[in-house]
Amino acid sequence: MPAVSKGDGMRGLAVFISDIRNCKSKEAEIKRINKELANIRSKFKGDKALDGYSKKKYVCKLLFIFLLGHDIDFGHMEAVNLLSSNKYTEKQIGYLFISVLVNSNSELIRLINNAIKNDLSSRNPTFMCLALHCIANVGSREMAEAFAGEIPRILVAGDTMDSVKQSAALCLLRLYKTSPDLVLMGEWTSRVVHLLNDQHMGVVTAAISLITCLSQKNPDEFKTCVSLAVSRLSRIVSSASTDLQDYTYYFVPAPWLSCKLLRLLQCYPPPEDGAVKGRLVECLETILNKAQEPPKSKKVQHSNAKNAILFEAISLIIHYDSEPNLLVRACNQLGQFLQHRETNLRYLALESMCTLASSEFSHEAVKTHIETVINALKTERDVSVRQRAADLLYAMCDRSNAKQIVAEMLSYLETADYSIREEMVLKVAILAEKYAVDYSWYVDTILNLIRIAGDYVSEEVWYRVIQIVINRDDVQGYAAKTVFEALQAPACHENMVKVGGYILGEFGNLIAGDPRSSPLVQFNLLHSKFHLCSVPTRALLLSAYIKFINLFPETKSTIQEVLRSDSQIRNSDVELQQRAVEYLKLSSIASTDVLATVLEEMPPFPERESSILAKLKKKKGPGAVSNHLLKTRKACLTDIKGISTPSPSADLLGLRAGPPVTAAAPSAGSLLVDVFSEAGVNDDGFLRFVCKNNGVLFENQLLQIGIKSEYRQNLGRMYLFYGNKTSVQFVTFTTTLNVQAKPVEPLIEGGAQVQQVINIECLTDFSDAPLLNIKFRYGGALQNLTLKLPVTINKFFQPTEMASHDFFQRWKQLSLPQQEAQKIFKANHAMDTEVLKAKLLGLGMALLENVDPNPENFVCAGVIQTKAQQVGSLLRLEPNAQAQMYRLTVRSSKDTVSKRLCELLAEQF
Amino acid sequence: MIKAILIFNNHGKPRLSKFYEHYTEDTEQQIIRETFHLVSKRDENICNFLEGGLLIGGSENKLIYRHYATLYFVFCVDSSESELGILDLIQVFVETLDKCFENVCELDLIFHMDKVHNILAEMVMGGMVLETNMSEIITQAEAHNKMEKSEVRAALLRSD
Repeated sequence: MPAVSKGDGMRGLAVFISDIRNCKSKEAEIKRINKELANIRSKFKGDKALDGYSKKKYVCKLLFIFLLGHDIDFGHMEAVNLLSSNKYTEKQIGYLFISVLVNSNSELIRLINNAIKNDLSSRNPTFMCLALHCIANVGSREMAEAFAGEIPRILVAGDTMDSVKQSAALCLLRLYKTSPDLVLMGEWTSRVVHLLNDQHMGVVTAAISLITCLSQKNPDEFKTCVSLAVSRLSRIVSSASTDLQDYTYYFVPAPWLSCKLLRLLQCYPPPEDGAVKGRLVECLETILNKAQEPPKSKKVQHSNAKNAILFEAISLIIHYDSEPNLLVRACNQLGQFLQHRETNLRYLALESMCTLASSEFSHEAVKTHIETVINALKTERDVSVRQRAADLLYAMCDRSNAKQIVAEMLSYLETADYSIREEMVLKVAILAEKYAVDYSWYVDTILNLIRIAGDYVSEEVWYRVIQIVINRDDVQGYAAKTVFEALQAPACHENMVKVGGYILGEFGNLIAGDPRSSPLVQFNLLHSKFHLCSVPTRALLLSAYIKFINLFPETKSTIQEVLRSDSQIRNSDVELQQRAVEYLKLSSIASTDVLATVLEEMPPFPERESSILAKLKKKKGPGAVSNHLLKTRKACLTDIKGISTPSPSADLLGLRAGPPVTAAAPSAGSLLVDVFSEAGVNDDGFLRFVCKNNGVLFENQLLQIGIKSEYRQNLGRMYLFYGNKTSVQFVTFTTTLNVQAKPVEPLIEGGAQVQQVINIECLTDFSDAPLLNIKFRYGGALQNLTLKLPVTINKFFQPTEMASHDFFQRWKQLSLPQQEAQKIFKANHAMDTEVLKAKLLGLGMALLENVDPNPENFVCAGVIQTKAQQVGSLLRLEPNAQAQMYRLTVRSSKDTVSKRLCELLAEQF
Repeated sequence: MIKAILIFNNHGKPRLSKFYEHYTEDTEQQIIRETFHLVSKRDENICNFLEGGLLIGGSENKLIYRHYATLYFVFCVDSSESELGILDLIQVFVETLDKCFENVCELDLIFHMDKVHNILAEMVMGGMVLETNMSEIITQAEAHNKMEKSEVRAALLRSD
């Protein structure tokens, strides 16, 4: 008999569904649905009490409407009422509605909890399972509070039915994930671990997920599970295919459970107990042996199940990384799969080999498959598989095969899928740099990269090639020659023009001896591309031109003419115009010596982690964001530009540094500096604004400066209020700021206040605050004052709410030493929880409740929004009331951000 | 962990959606559309795994799917699950549906959504696998069905 007979459906429901399916247009469908919603609403509201059958019918209709993507904003109460019915049919549909439509912060949770409580104590296994399912589906904190104590008891009680035990195990797991602090395993630990021995395989199947999760969080408390898991696995692996009856799947005994057992073992190092280890090695060997046996069935399900176990066994062998014998067997097995006719197996083999390639025992063995992998990259039909092949080539690359692999990847790039090109470009760039023995090969490779996939070459990649060329004398001449040749192509990518402009501007002299690449030829070549380029590239080319004037005095008149032309000096783009004006002026008034100093060759870049690597990490792991090394570095050329108003658009290196590092000292001409004894440094006032946006920034006998500010994403607006506290006018009142600001009224009447608005955009992360210089005359005496504007990186936080599990997962992802900044410091203020909370909220991050197991601690999460990127940051503050000390830990995807946040915050508590 | 189980037909019409993590209703619909878009453009007989769409976590998650006649069965899982294991699980789910509905077809899923949810609930709970044994799952489903029938019969008798 089929479990569901087709005739007994609800007729009204069937009619409704047929109506919807017959609708010819979306409008007709919406109309029909609205009609039905109105009908159901009136039935629910009506005086006539509905019987269970009708309620069920209407709730089913609502579920169907919801599935089609329409909002359901009623019916919740009716569903909750169904829970208290003692009929299975009604109760079940009520629970279904709630699991699909009620989220964890509904106000109805308390009512639902009451119904669950009744069902859990009903001793009716069907009702108990329904209730447990509901808890696992909603999984809210309120539910955890209500039931976290009860469920372990149900799980381990001797008289609990097996099916209830299964549900209880997974229900507990769900509560543990949402509220780990409420699920206290303590006394239950050993009994839960022993569920691995349960007679009922279903119970073991459910319990193992729970145990795996608990082991990951508390490995020491649960380590007894290792020997139990090994013996359970051993019994399954050595059983005949008929022993386990229903748990045998296409002749494979308990494949799902075997996989889960092998996963659980991956939470631990190899067993120390010799006997346990021996038994496990035996199991792994048996699994590897079985792979070679002829299949017991031709069905794909049989081989799937068998190989699922095999791949998990191989993962465990790779995880242990200590049995050379097994590693080599694993590698050989994967090698066979690389050529298997099943695409799924080729995919998985490529993926597993990636991890195997990083083991020292098997790296060489993996390398022997290079031809197969290259072939996969070229011939696989499926992009997912090709991507895995590219990953594996990247992982198996070393000095011995780098040239071959890079060449293959480059040639693949010409036809590669758009979705993976950018990642491929990064990989090629990294390998070329990492394994470059001679740097001319490196330069060739990157220029090829730009030629083949210019659109996918990110800034990081071409910055990096320039960094390397500048740092290595031996390759500069070659680089100049090669870019010169590359630029000959009639259509070359803009990125090529950027690299060409930069390199010829620095090292064009190295090839100028050849008449075919004389200075003027070089210049004309570059300038022929000028008009096709975007503004940032044009700006870069202008800088290259001024460098040419220094390198080759004979080009001076030609270049000056170009700079002087209307299209430059009157360009509508402020940046281009400014460069043209300044460079023209510089070239005409500065002496040769001054020019040579100002336009000196770039000094070598400090060696740091490749920014490309960081970029790849970002692409691979969310949260890890690249650090734009070059962006934090000041290019020499910027220094010759007016310090008064650094422009917001890109300069030579696309450098968008925040404020200059040098603090503008009060000018020597200010006689009455002593009036402003605080002048120059206003750190106190500045730091007060880290956790708040409004207040008084500065005050002395003459002047009061108030601030109101607001921030949204990477934008901010600040209102500055200058109040004259005296009865005399301030005249020629000017403020200069190293960000663009609207001018302020030049005159402030005695006792009056003027306002200035500053719009702020955060381009990239920064450490130094913008400086505000204020000058005015008070009774004839010049007053000069420099203040740090309280714009700090945390102002651009967007709070991020996350559950404890997510928090810890991200915390772990940010585990590089440079991503973390920590400070231990003495409390400067009373350690009041509420005050601390208020400050942390003022910081702009989300204050996460119930995440840290220790309720005394505070954890926060947020994302800093800048124009260039987003920087995810996590924070943990651990107060120690006894010692009156704090420990502050900040982790973020960018080292400079972690450090800056830590510095800023350490002064706040 | 299984993040979501989606069934939709060749035209992208959802036939079952079950999310084991909270998303807003809008996001859920977008995830269904995105997933359909990713899966439906793939050829037959290629790999059954691909990286998840951006909305559901990108490369952190995998989509593991099977295409049966007019329906796609897609499981979105994180890295803690075995890909082949999940493929088997999809097969168990489909075979179970097939036994419960006798030659299951798309219409069965449409007209008996509650039953499909119930059968799924016997297999997966809170994103974790509860039971993989098909006969056990069918026994439970039959028991529920029997209970339902007797209640309906009782109601009919009473109303007569």
